[in-house]
Amino acid sequence: MDISRRDLFTIGGKLLMLASVGATLEQITGAEAAPDAYKMADHWWGMIIDVDKCIGCGNCVRACSKENGVPAGYFRTWVERYQVEEGKENPRVDSPNGAIDGFPADTNPNLKSFFVPKLCNQCADSPCVQVCPVGATFISPDGVVMVDEKYCLGCRYCVQACPYGCRYLHPETQTVDKCTLCYHRITKGLTTACCENCPTGARQLVDFKDPKDPVHEFLRQNKVQVLKPQMATKAKVYYKDLDGSVR
Amino acid sequence: MRRLLNEWVHLVRPAAVLIAAMGVFLIVRAAVIPKDFGKYGHYRPAALDLVRSRPIGYAGQDTCVMCHDDQAKLRASGKHAHVACEACHGPLAKHADDPGANIPKLPEVADLCRRCHEKDAAKPKGFPQVVTAEHNSGVACDSCHQPHNPHL
Repeated sequence: MDISRRDLFTIGGKLLMLASVGATLEQITGAEAAPDAYKMADHWWGMIIDVDKCIGCGNCVRACSKENGVPAGYFRTWVERYQVEEGKENPRVDSPNGAIDGFPADTNPNLKSFFVPKLCNQCADSPCVQVCPVGATFISPDGVVMVDEKYCLGCRYCVQACPYGCRYLHPETQTVDKCTLCYHRITKGLTTACCENCPTGARQLVDFKDPKDPVHEFLRQNKVQVLKPQMATKAKVYYKDLDGSVR
Repeated sequence: MRRLLNEWVHLVRPAAVLIAAMGVFLIVRAAVIPKDFGKYGHYRPAALDLVRSRPIGYAGQDTCVMCHDDQAKLRASGKHAHVACEACHGPLAKHADDPGANIPKLPEVADLCRRCHEKDAAKPKGFPQVVTAEHNSGVACDSCHQPHNPHL
């Protein structure tokens, strides 16, 4: 059989196209499935927080701390109490020990006061990931920002880069630690420890890639805001009815 | 230039050392960097498994209800219907795995109720709140209120 130069190019071109389609498919589908069939490519995690439902009980902080073995005095999530006085530029903010035991009672009715739960905003365009010099902090294909503790040098670049103050240096491992959005739970069909234990449903884990997730209705029906939108971090934690004084 | 060419050997030796060093560097680099580094981005995919390998502490609502459906039914009809079991009882995945060996302690009622229900101006207006000092004069909350269904 004779193969002309033209045939050779045609066949070669087709093979190249097939190979590239195969490679792209592999990338899109998140490559080989884990044995438990959790597909990273099918999820894009975030959280919605209804500020008006938060009662400042600190259940989330305690749950997070126990679930993830967070060292005492450090927090992956915490609750802030804002007290805004009319005409004053800056609000008063307190968070005694991250609100792990709730708050001392405040009954001053003359202030506008409310609670704001905080955690890693799981930014899609995260400053912490951009500054890591060794590829130790990264965003997973399902949208969770995590730290590779085996690669982290403890240089603290990311701690400084995070505009939300969500990272700390673990006092024992001397590597950076942060909220993993309970990655060990959400990849096994559970919700995060903080969401599981929130008694009022003020915080809720959401999957933006799930068309049935209540997040779509939530974003359509409510006035929502992310923290520090001017930082253009593409944060994925949405706050409902957030006051302008919150930083 | 001519002098340099005459003494070419001074160039060749350091060049050989440089090439050898670069070779060693490349070999070490190939050995140290995992093969799949960069598969999803500038990081090691094994780090995902490392984070995922953490044991679960809170078993989750659905697991508790499997055995304790009587408590769940009682709770479902009351104001605490949407409060998860472990929100008060603590992380009990170990108990769920082996109920006999890991028997949970009952929570401290005084602190538990106060954290949520102590009056605070920052709490949402409709949320039931009391000033504990005035409300119960030191009597334990659960002597009047059933925690699983807390009406009087």
